[in-house]
Amino acid sequence: MGKIFLRHLSLLVLTLSVLSLFSFSLAFLFPGDPLTNLTGVRAENQEAYSHLAASYHINGSLFSQYWHYLGQLFVGNWGISFSSGLPLAEEINRSLAASIELSAYALVFAFIIGLPLGFVAGLKHHKIIDYSLLSASVIGYSIPVFWLALILILIFSLQLGWFPLSGRIGLLFDIPYKSGFILLDILLSDLPNKSDAFYNALRHLVLPTLSIAIVTSTIVLRTSRRSVIEVMNSDYIQAAYARGLSSRQVLLKHGVKNALIPILPLLVMQFTTLLTNAMIVETIFSWPGIGNALIQAIYQRDFPAIRAGMLAVSVLVLTFIISMDLMIRLIDPIRRRPENATA
Amino acid sequence: MSAQLQAYPALSYSLLIMSLLFAVAGCGQSTPESAQPNGIIYCSEGNPTSFNPQLDTSGTTVDVSSHQIYDRLLDFNPLTGEILPGLASSWLTSKDGLTYTFQLRKDVEFHSTSYFTPTRQFTADDVLFSFDRWRLKNHPYHPVSGGQYPYISSLGLHHLISNIERVNGYRVEITLVQPDSSFLANLATDFAIILSAEYAQQLFQHNKQGLIDLHPIGTGPYKFDSFRQDRFIRLKQHPHYWRERSSTQQLIFDITPSSSLRLAKLMTGECDAIAYPAHSQLNIIRKRQDLILDEEPGLNVGFWAFNTTKPPFDNPQVRKALAMAVDKNALLEAIYYGSAIPATSIVPPTSWAFQPDLKSINYNPVAAARLLRENDIEEGFVMNIWAMPVERPYNPNAMKMAELIQRYLRDVGVRANIVSYEWVTFRARLNQGLHDSVLIGWSADNGDPDNFYRPLLTCEAIASGTNRARWCSKEYDDLISQALQYTSQAERAYFYNRANELVIEKMPLMPIAHAFRYQAYRENISGLQINPYGGIQFRDVSKR
Repeated sequence: MGKIFLRHLSLLVLTLSVLSLFSFSLAFLFPGDPLTNLTGVRAENQEAYSHLAASYHINGSLFSQYWHYLGQLFVGNWGISFSSGLPLAEEINRSLAASIELSAYALVFAFIIGLPLGFVAGLKHHKIIDYSLLSASVIGYSIPVFWLALILILIFSLQLGWFPLSGRIGLLFDIPYKSGFILLDILLSDLPNKSDAFYNALRHLVLPTLSIAIVTSTIVLRTSRRSVIEVMNSDYIQAAYARGLSSRQVLLKHGVKNALIPILPLLVMQFTTLLTNAMIVETIFSWPGIGNALIQAIYQRDFPAIRAGMLAVSVLVLTFIISMDLMIRLIDPIRRRPENATA
Repeated sequence: MSAQLQAYPALSYSLLIMSLLFAVAGCGQSTPESAQPNGIIYCSEGNPTSFNPQLDTSGTTVDVSSHQIYDRLLDFNPLTGEILPGLASSWLTSKDGLTYTFQLRKDVEFHSTSYFTPTRQFTADDVLFSFDRWRLKNHPYHPVSGGQYPYISSLGLHHLISNIERVNGYRVEITLVQPDSSFLANLATDFAIILSAEYAQQLFQHNKQGLIDLHPIGTGPYKFDSFRQDRFIRLKQHPHYWRERSSTQQLIFDITPSSSLRLAKLMTGECDAIAYPAHSQLNIIRKRQDLILDEEPGLNVGFWAFNTTKPPFDNPQVRKALAMAVDKNALLEAIYYGSAIPATSIVPPTSWAFQPDLKSINYNPVAAARLLRENDIEEGFVMNIWAMPVERPYNPNAMKMAELIQRYLRDVGVRANIVSYEWVTFRARLNQGLHDSVLIGWSADNGDPDNFYRPLLTCEAIASGTNRARWCSKEYDDLISQALQYTSQAERAYFYNRANELVIEKMPLMPIAHAFRYQAYRENISGLQINPYGGIQFRDVSKR
């Protein structure tokens, strides 16, 4: 148990240091002055620049520069943006929260849509409903997410006028920034028109969430279908039927749990795809998330923002995947088997 | 297998989720914006560089600041171009036209925001501070935010004013070096805004002078609240505004650089008004019941200028003949898609110097050919037409226009070659006078007709590179200068009318069109007017 934990922790630390080294070297790879690329402070600003040169030990060896860069990262000095002049730590936290919020709702939706349909298809293996769901999922899986998003906009925003096509909430609502998660912030705020704001934010969420969820749900559908087919054909299910349990009892007591366990690790691996899709969808729906921010930063050659944004995204993905992997190993008896055997 | 029954709950479950989704949609459809707080959203085209139009001539900066956050001493009536009192309630001009005395309005409050609480109202000190900032090189605020005041320097206002004096708290006296009847009009432009001297003083004490242009304080109908780069600018109502204003609580500039996205947001109601609808979108907007498209002739002119220093274009008869050979109305149809009006003189109808009864020359290829032959221009004469490589409001497609003119000239026996370079090179070569003729134009920011007559055709303007005809006429220059000696519009109009006639007689350039300006907004918006004299105004705009 402790061994698994340690192994994951060392993996995390090692990969994170490689990532930070990469982000540090980006400052030298981008054109211009490395210190300016690291901090966002231009050399014209004499006073601030020389102060920063001291705190980043820019005249020391590369290793000492890297070490002090790490130190600055840990205390939250991520530099300032070239284009807005605001501290990047705050900017990135804001946009990352928006991206996580969107991805989380999309993930929940993907499960709500994908899992039941996957079970239906699995239980109806080789029947017409299975084939139609499977082909629908193949179509859904092959649709590029940006195209789907545009089609949804075309139908539900421009033609029907049901949903707005940009942003997280109507700009007339001035929601004070607290957690960065819009729905939570609305609930925490003391606005007089809270319910209107909440409803407005929900309407803004529908199309971007759906665009990501539809694509992700096809993966959920296919994974769960496979798992259900395997489980339902296994010996213990046949045995359960033989003992005279009704098919409802068999499914609920033995089928569902056993089918779900192998799904989870497969789906965790889809997290990166989900986040990539979210970043694409963000730019289409002008969602103020990290994907949108990174694209803007690239357009505007905002090197400190590109560096910090990339680091933040990769740290997020890495931490999530490694901790999910750890969790799965801890809860899944089959994967833990080698450990148990040696213990 | 008999797992059928279990399948259906799952299926109906997902159907339930879907129907819930559409329930949200269904409710939304009936009340698209009803639950929104009171306010106007304007989809603008970009980030402003600052919130001070003294520093930047770009329309993006002007739109968000000039008429929203600030006031000027004087204003233009957007319909007639007449100068109206602003922060100056009245003004007096001395007999010699050198001294202007402004009586300032009392009880005008500055914005009270999270970063500044004013302790006093607007006084003469604020006028002195605002003008001295761009006027005096040694002013402590002159170098703040770059120290460049482009519009003011292009007009030479800092040289024109010799002294500004505070007579008392509510009276200011401005002395000029020489009389200039366009001076008042210049004070009414978007760039002559009034800042708060008290705020500047406070920032100076904290050594944060730069904030004056980023967290602005003014006396305008809206006060600055927040700005998120690439996303939005939030302005809130100034509750103690001195003028009548609409009850709009918030004004938001939703920064949307893509013009198709701006149109899409206008259609879904996420924007109440949009900046710069593209020409290709105009028909879509016109067709929709819920959208309104206003169009109005802009303060601009597109023309075909002849290089009057090069023979045979130094002969007015040849220039007239060439102008006669081209059908202006056909050009308007093909190039502007009808979104312009034919020009007879260089000033557009929105200017008070416009002469509706001006006799211009008409399209007559037969007479044109005859006139050319009389002036020794034989069949097969070769000339060039320079066409701008870029799209401008006064001429959306100069290349295509040049091709059309080429065809008209062929009918009168003149062979025209079209010349174009990259925009910077084009202008540089134009300044050297290498062209025979050129398709170009002019946009003005100022209601005063002097802003057209002086830069376009006076001798002095040849050197500064705005007189593309390189035409120098003492008679014309005298008329334009004389007009400035008088202050009444009727008297000045007399000189401008004579200048118009002179231009038609000598034809240094052929005025082609005054292109329209467009404004698109939703039908529940009222009070939004096209301001031909610059930036958009939201003071009187409200939403039903």
